[in-house]
Amino acid sequence: MELLCPAGNLASLKTAIKAGADAVYLGLKNDTNARSFAGLNFTPAKLQQAVQFAHTNRRKVFLTLNTFPKPGEEKRWYEAVDIAADLGMDALIVADLSLLDYAHTHHPQLPLHLSVQASATNLGALELYKQEFNIERAVLPRVLSMKQVRDLAKVTPVDLEVFAFGSLCIMAEGRCHLSSYVTGQSPNTGGSCSPANHVRWQEQGQDRLTRLNEVLIDKSGVDEQMGYPVVCKGRYITEESAEPSFLLESPTSLNTLSLLPELAKANVTSLKIEGRQRSPAYVEQVTRVWRQAIDTYLANPDQYQVQGEWNRVLDKVSEGQTTTLGAYERTWQ
Amino acid sequence: MNISLGPILYCWPKDKVLDFYNKVAQSNVNTVYLGETVCSRRREVKFKEYLDIAHQLQDAGKQVIISTLALVEAPSEYTELKRQVENGHFQIEANDMAGVQVAKQLGVEFVCGPTINNYNLASLNKLQSWGMKRFVMPVELSRNWLEKVIQQEPALGFEIEVFGHGHMPLAHSARCFTARHKNLQKDQCGIVCLNHPKGLLAQTQESQPLLRLNGIQTQSAAAIDLSDQISDMQALGVDYFRVSPSSLTSVNIAGALQRGESVTSPFERCDGYWFDQAGFNLTQPEQPA
Repeated sequence: MELLCPAGNLASLKTAIKAGADAVYLGLKNDTNARSFAGLNFTPAKLQQAVQFAHTNRRKVFLTLNTFPKPGEEKRWYEAVDIAADLGMDALIVADLSLLDYAHTHHPQLPLHLSVQASATNLGALELYKQEFNIERAVLPRVLSMKQVRDLAKVTPVDLEVFAFGSLCIMAEGRCHLSSYVTGQSPNTGGSCSPANHVRWQEQGQDRLTRLNEVLIDKSGVDEQMGYPVVCKGRYITEESAEPSFLLESPTSLNTLSLLPELAKANVTSLKIEGRQRSPAYVEQVTRVWRQAIDTYLANPDQYQVQGEWNRVLDKVSEGQTTTLGAYERTWQ
Repeated sequence: MNISLGPILYCWPKDKVLDFYNKVAQSNVNTVYLGETVCSRRREVKFKEYLDIAHQLQDAGKQVIISTLALVEAPSEYTELKRQVENGHFQIEANDMAGVQVAKQLGVEFVCGPTINNYNLASLNKLQSWGMKRFVMPVELSRNWLEKVIQQEPALGFEIEVFGHGHMPLAHSARCFTARHKNLQKDQCGIVCLNHPKGLLAQTQESQPLLRLNGIQTQSAAAIDLSDQISDMQALGVDYFRVSPSSLTSVNIAGALQRGESVTSPFERCDGYWFDQAGFNLTQPEQPA
């Protein structure tokens, strides 16, 4: 079972590998990936250093190409595929049909992982991508219950990767337009959800107002811990209830430590840690906990128990300091 | 311009659905999509009944397309999807890649619905090679985007449909927001969506309408209205203009547009996406009559 960790820069990559990651995923410094934030990601030169460091330490490194090429600008995405192939990277994480086609045709030796942004949640979709582009692995969207993951794992033609920890997307990924409805930019088109230049915090008496492109996403006490403002984690009112509430989801992170045995028994290949936008300190703490958890499980599967300390560490770096099992747990749905 | 009626995205009682399609059958609208696209728990109108309606509409001279589920999770949902594509008579609208796969395997022509990620010409051409004959532009894309695609290949091998009128589907989740709002479990929801025939309006704490909760689907609170752009769309090469039903009145709206008349929107309007802006923006205020 692979532990796959995020890296927003070279320091995070080195930290992740030293803390026990089996593989690291990262993106180029442009809009070919959905964490296109200032100060984040890799130039081709840095990418080369990253690959070298990972391979010297016998770890894998994957390039995330999870946005969709824009008409007339496709070249930037194709070049990114070529860079990954030239550097001998271990896989490409891709969502777009045309990019899968390009990579499969021009670099058939380069393993392809179907990005979560492709939103493949069922056997039919997985078969299509396998037959057409020979994908090796698919990252499952965070919309399946544990039972559905198990059912799919029994019949899937490709390896499965799931999200194990990190900020929680509650929508079928790759098909969510909430960010662009409010800001004009979405992960698919602009390279990020809730772009930072649209976020504004405003203090008003005892309240802190969180605005996204001037839309009031939440109103909280100035001392209340708030997550990064996204449309799906705002407090709203309805025609039936004037009391503001988190109608979709409250700020929270996904934490599946308690599901680790079930994920292992289902033959899930890889556990993904979210957070390329987070600091090296986050990467280190989270990677360490998950390394310990996986090793503990593998050493003695029947005796596996989540240690309180692991959850305390993870809670501290979670949105709103709380975690959930999300859609894996049917009652959450 | 061909005006189409999209599938009913809400959960309506069977009688209302039948009334709606009776009205469609008598209207001048020539293209109709129908079927459950949001939630497999909604069974007010069963698939067989939808097929009966589809035949009636076809007998009335309509082009009928069976729309399929946007989020296919459980094996039972995939089995049901296969059964729908295998109906042997009608084209389908695939709203998930599973639908594309089944249609491709059966050699059935299909329409790609708005929830299939189509962001460039090469992807569209790939889908066309698998049997796509039309695609509905993802709602967040713009006129400029479409113009560039058409410029890249003026003789496209497929038709273009634009989601031009109605509340836009913006996202789908495993979670049912309507059930959650009522403190109900999704599996024991009692089909509570029946109580919300236009979804449940969510507003900000400053009373700005923002979203409509429609079960597992989140929609725009404002209704896109690009009806004043139809002649420009036609010049650009758009083949179909979709009206997404919000009530029986939508049939009148579609009918008026088909006759080339202008319509007034009964909802707060938006048009931002078409003009490369935030989707909820309104750039073209309604002209006073």
